[in-house]
Amino acid sequence: MAHSGINLIFEGQNLPRLLGGLWITIRVALIAIIAGGVLGIFLGVLRTFKNRLLRFILRLYLEFFRIVPTVVLLFLFYYILPKSMNLNLPAAEVATLVFTLWMAAEASDIVRGALISVPQHQVDSGLAIGLNRSQLYYYVLIPQSLKLMLPAMMNLISRIIKTTSLLLLISVLDVINVGQQIIEANQKQYPQGAFWVYGVIFVLYFLICYPFSLLAKKLQKD
Amino acid sequence: MSWQIIQQSLPMFQKGFILTLQMSALGILGAIILGLMCSLCQYFKIPVLKQIVGAYIELSRNTPLLIQLFFIYYGLPGIGLKLSAYTCGIIGLIFLGGSYMAEGFSGGFDGIPNSQIESGKAIGLSQGQLTRYVVFPQGFALSIPALAANIIFLIKETSIFTVIAIPELTNTALDLIGLYYHTNEYLLVLVVGYAIILIPLSIILTWLERRIRYGTFGD
Repeated sequence: MAHSGINLIFEGQNLPRLLGGLWITIRVALIAIIAGGVLGIFLGVLRTFKNRLLRFILRLYLEFFRIVPTVVLLFLFYYILPKSMNLNLPAAEVATLVFTLWMAAEASDIVRGALISVPQHQVDSGLAIGLNRSQLYYYVLIPQSLKLMLPAMMNLISRIIKTTSLLLLISVLDVINVGQQIIEANQKQYPQGAFWVYGVIFVLYFLICYPFSLLAKKLQKD
Repeated sequence: MSWQIIQQSLPMFQKGFILTLQMSALGILGAIILGLMCSLCQYFKIPVLKQIVGAYIELSRNTPLLIQLFFIYYGLPGIGLKLSAYTCGIIGLIFLGGSYMAEGFSGGFDGIPNSQIESGKAIGLSQGQLTRYVVFPQGFALSIPALAANIIFLIKETSIFTVIAIPELTNTALDLIGLYYHTNEYLLVLVVGYAIILIPLSIILTWLERRIRYGTFGD
């Protein structure tokens, strides 16, 4: 049993290193979810306004982030920011930026969808008792649409977390990158290392994302 | 930005483009078949299979494709199962897509109003007839929007195949950038390549959604 692959995980600093990589992954996701969520709510509210030009620009922004695969988005920002804008950011920050903008784009659509499905009589009643535009959003539309948008938001959050696995591609030292290092360093001693290390990362991602998908299902039922 | 460079790279991109289309088509087809079987297991509440399908759906939906591919491509040879990158890509896409498609179909089947099922029973349809004439036509029509979204999603996911060195669109672009450093040109072709696939497809699917909506009742 000395060479049973699972030992590789518990040898030396391997497990703390993997978890350290996981933290980098989670940090990118967390910042993107919070910043992108706030920006997304703001943009979503803007998208319910009547201004045609504003709506068109925001729609274009959403469609761009929808059509282009995330891998390609990452490379676009990773290569073009330093070259065209002379902005040399560390890879992790480029990734945070991409995920924030992506989260904001997708969230804006969820927010817009939820806002316009608040029944019209609620809006009319609000206006009838003399609320102004911002009061209408603050007291009527946003609280009522929150319940409608939460399940979709939970799904989006779990999608963002899953997609952080792509950080590896722009050489961020994330959990998968650390896993590769561990596999390569122990290739001789543990030829089956890949099976176990990737298996463990698979389970780690599942453990993080599963609560969100459970929550989304539960919210959908209520 | 130079058109000459773009022109010279087009034959290589064409190969990647076709491979992306091919693998997407195979993967999506497989995912739809797998998803349909899974959702039927759940709809008819077949014991044991239902639990297996439930576990599979959770496992596949809550893990990233990249790590699924790594596990299949690099991990499985460790226990003696060696597959080509191409096969791994297709299997990965089917494994991922199957659960999304299953959820899409289930959403459609669950969306059929109870009155429809009850009416079917009331006029004396057998379980088989009920499935054939009531559940399937309406369920499929209801699940089309979810399936369309999944198809677009899966095509975009094929860009991840680059990590196991399948020479599809993204991989072609990254290779060319590594070789010649014409970053802007190649990235432009790459984005346009995906747009050529996804924009028309998204328009066709939206049109299809409108056409097939005959199944919905009372709308």
